[in-house]
Amino acid sequence: MSETDKPVLLRMRDIHIDGRTEEGWQPIIKGVDLTLHKGEVLGLIGESGAGKSTLGLAAMGYTRDGCRITGGSIEFDGIDLVKATERTRRSLRGRRIAYVAQSAAASFNPAHRLIDQYVEGPVVHRVMSRQEAERDAVELYRRMRLPNPEEIGFRYPHQVSGGQLQRAMTAMAMSCRPDLIVFDEPTTALDVTTQIEVLAAIRDIVAQFDTAAIYITHDLAVVAQMADRIKVLLRGEEVEEADTRTMLSSPREEYTRSLWAVRSHVSPAKPRPAPDAVPVVSVRAVTAGYGRMDVLHNVNFDIHRRRTVAVVGESGSGKSTTARVITGLLPPRQGQILFDGQPLPPDYRQRTREQLRQIQMIYQMADTALNPKLRLRDLIGRPARMYLGLKGKALEERVRELLRLIELEPNEFIDRLPSELSGGQKQRVGIARALAAEPRFVICDEVTSALDQLVAEGILKLLDRLQGELDLSYMFITHDLATVRAIADDVVVMQNGRVVEQGPKDDMFRPPHDPYTELLLSSVPEMDPDWLTRLLAEREKGKAGAAADA
Amino acid sequence: MSKIWIMIAKRLGLGVLTLFAISIIIFLATELLPGDLARSILGQSATEETVAAFQRELGLDQPAHVRYAQWLWGAVQGDFGTSLANRRPIADLIGTRLANTMFLAIYAAAIAVPLSLILGIMAALFRNTWFDRGANAVALSAISFPEFFVAYILIFVLAQSGLFPSMARIDSTTTFADALYKTFLPALTLTLVVTAHMMRMTRAAIINLLASPYIEMAQLKGMPPARIILVHALPNALAPIITVIALNLAYLITGVVVVEAVFVYPGLGQLMVDSVSKRDIPVVQAVALIFAAAYVLLNLLADVLATLSNPRLIHPK
Repeated sequence: MSETDKPVLLRMRDIHIDGRTEEGWQPIIKGVDLTLHKGEVLGLIGESGAGKSTLGLAAMGYTRDGCRITGGSIEFDGIDLVKATERTRRSLRGRRIAYVAQSAAASFNPAHRLIDQYVEGPVVHRVMSRQEAERDAVELYRRMRLPNPEEIGFRYPHQVSGGQLQRAMTAMAMSCRPDLIVFDEPTTALDVTTQIEVLAAIRDIVAQFDTAAIYITHDLAVVAQMADRIKVLLRGEEVEEADTRTMLSSPREEYTRSLWAVRSHVSPAKPRPAPDAVPVVSVRAVTAGYGRMDVLHNVNFDIHRRRTVAVVGESGSGKSTTARVITGLLPPRQGQILFDGQPLPPDYRQRTREQLRQIQMIYQMADTALNPKLRLRDLIGRPARMYLGLKGKALEERVRELLRLIELEPNEFIDRLPSELSGGQKQRVGIARALAAEPRFVICDEVTSALDQLVAEGILKLLDRLQGELDLSYMFITHDLATVRAIADDVVVMQNGRVVEQGPKDDMFRPPHDPYTELLLSSVPEMDPDWLTRLLAEREKGKAGAAADA
Repeated sequence: MSKIWIMIAKRLGLGVLTLFAISIIIFLATELLPGDLARSILGQSATEETVAAFQRELGLDQPAHVRYAQWLWGAVQGDFGTSLANRRPIADLIGTRLANTMFLAIYAAAIAVPLSLILGIMAALFRNTWFDRGANAVALSAISFPEFFVAYILIFVLAQSGLFPSMARIDSTTTFADALYKTFLPALTLTLVVTAHMMRMTRAAIINLLASPYIEMAQLKGMPPARIILVHALPNALAPIITVIALNLAYLITGVVVVEAVFVYPGLGQLMVDSVSKRDIPVVQAVALIFAAAYVLLNLLADVLATLSNPRLIHPK
């Protein structure tokens, strides 16, 4: 099914875009060409900072504050968007070119109902009357497989789940039946199980209306399902472009191959602990919650010395609450936490400094977890001073040692502020801060999910190495099963606050599974471009089979 | 909806508690005033007997907590006692004054609130243009001058030419239209004093939101700039704007002594100042309590309205 014989819809030539920084204007996009035919889906992939979103927004003739188009032409259906007046561009946006943002939760206006935000486009652009638009919304909500399509539009954004919001946003983008939709990482913020539904709904609706799309993502497996062609970007320049199957089977460039190979890191299997070994941390029959609601129900698992236990599950399954119970931030209603076989006081305020020192945490958002006003010297030095009483020269030496440990050159980094670091470097500092207390047990809460795959792999390797060198045990909270494959020794699967399955990793990835584990495992996108189609067909068949059995 | 009522009831309860605390502070503060009230009223030549008799008449011979309880019990029923200066019931004395103060405050608010909202929204819409800068400069200059200075400038410009009277004397016989005309200059003075604060908060609250993803979304839906400000930014900026409006309204009721003095306007502020100089303690206490109630009630109202402006709280999951 060649798309190239269809007429060209969008042609961007030699696009240059600059962004304002403290050192003046710096190029973000350095001369990229992009051609899109009617009804075609182009995947844009690359790491963060590659300029994917900037290029995608430029296709709408839009630049964010602090960015400007300095060269090139953007021709949409014969209209030059660079030269066009703002009024012309505005008349195209929403009506002929629409946008679906990464976080629907942030991109829907919290003050208005979904339906009011839906009809706004068609009514303001005079495509439909309000009544027509409302009827049409119900139809599109149904096609996006939203529950209660008649009623859901009358809810406010906070009353609708993330996956549903993302579908409602795609429906909103479709409201004027645009010729082109720019999807900017529409499923990145979703759980794997939710992601599938959204991907399937997006793919169907784009095909039904023969809409062209630019699909921006950093997830190769996702783009393989969605795109006809793939373009790889690196630091504002095109690396290569080819149709999806060619690109997946025989990438030309070294960089593309490295992207493809990224999830290859697998930590070597360790011997299983002796049956009589005392676990470093035991979660014993813990029931806990907020207010009157229980979030955790009778949770039990052990973490042995030098092992990594991955706790997986969707958001809301109780992973982070478990971490809060272990650290003492949330005293449980029932059950207890054992450390080296000894019960810990439930509330961190009753724990001794020594007990506190043993358990440290690394957070998902290194951006917000580091005090922006402190230099690395103090960020890393503070726990070393507080827990170990280091001062003066000894403290300085310790900070330098920790920086070397996380592979940052001390002389260069010790006096930097967090704002002077990249995302991956910030996360490394988060690790160093946890290690400064010389703990024996570290909780890693989604530490790689905000990072690009290449950077994330570096972090995983580092954690793996440190485990061996410093005799650490990890509890690794994640919703990403690829991460589990890479680093875990044991796996705990949680759903609705209960442990549904647990055991060594190898057993986990081998059938038979608990049905929920099966759902999680099968929902992880694979590189095969036919994966989504096949999976949906299988699930359909499974449902039909179940119905026939009944 | 019942959640909202519970919240309002809670806030009202807290408001009453606050007022109670304030009443204690007011009472104690007037207790601490130096000098003997009876003696200072009767003069140096009064005999011990007359002073004692007068103290008995005023109830000053009783212990402080008894007097406080009596005073509070009366105040709750609207009876603030009698003025020491002219022996009239304070409730009557305050009644017309309070009405005048409220009239001037509402008059000024009716000009200032819409004006500052419109200016603030327009300044946000045309941010960093000559309009934005001009509006900011004028509003800031107006707030930077002392009130009496603004008042005298207005008298100089608008009253010297005979357009408006410089004396805002009104009484029970003044018609509504006449009152509006006569109090135009004080109302305008107050408007100039409070507009800058509200306008700049409106502008800042809106501009603060313009970097939000949902504003970008509205832009990418091709919405015109005015619609983005009014429909997408303003509803989310209401809470801080409402708070600042309430603070300024409270100021319009309680902080206008200088303006009343300049324009000889018979308001509460004047009464308070007069009573302080005459050592008419019961009147001072009553007016202070009314001012405190105005502050508490307006802030309570702002809290409730700000809450109502958040759909997360009115439409729970």
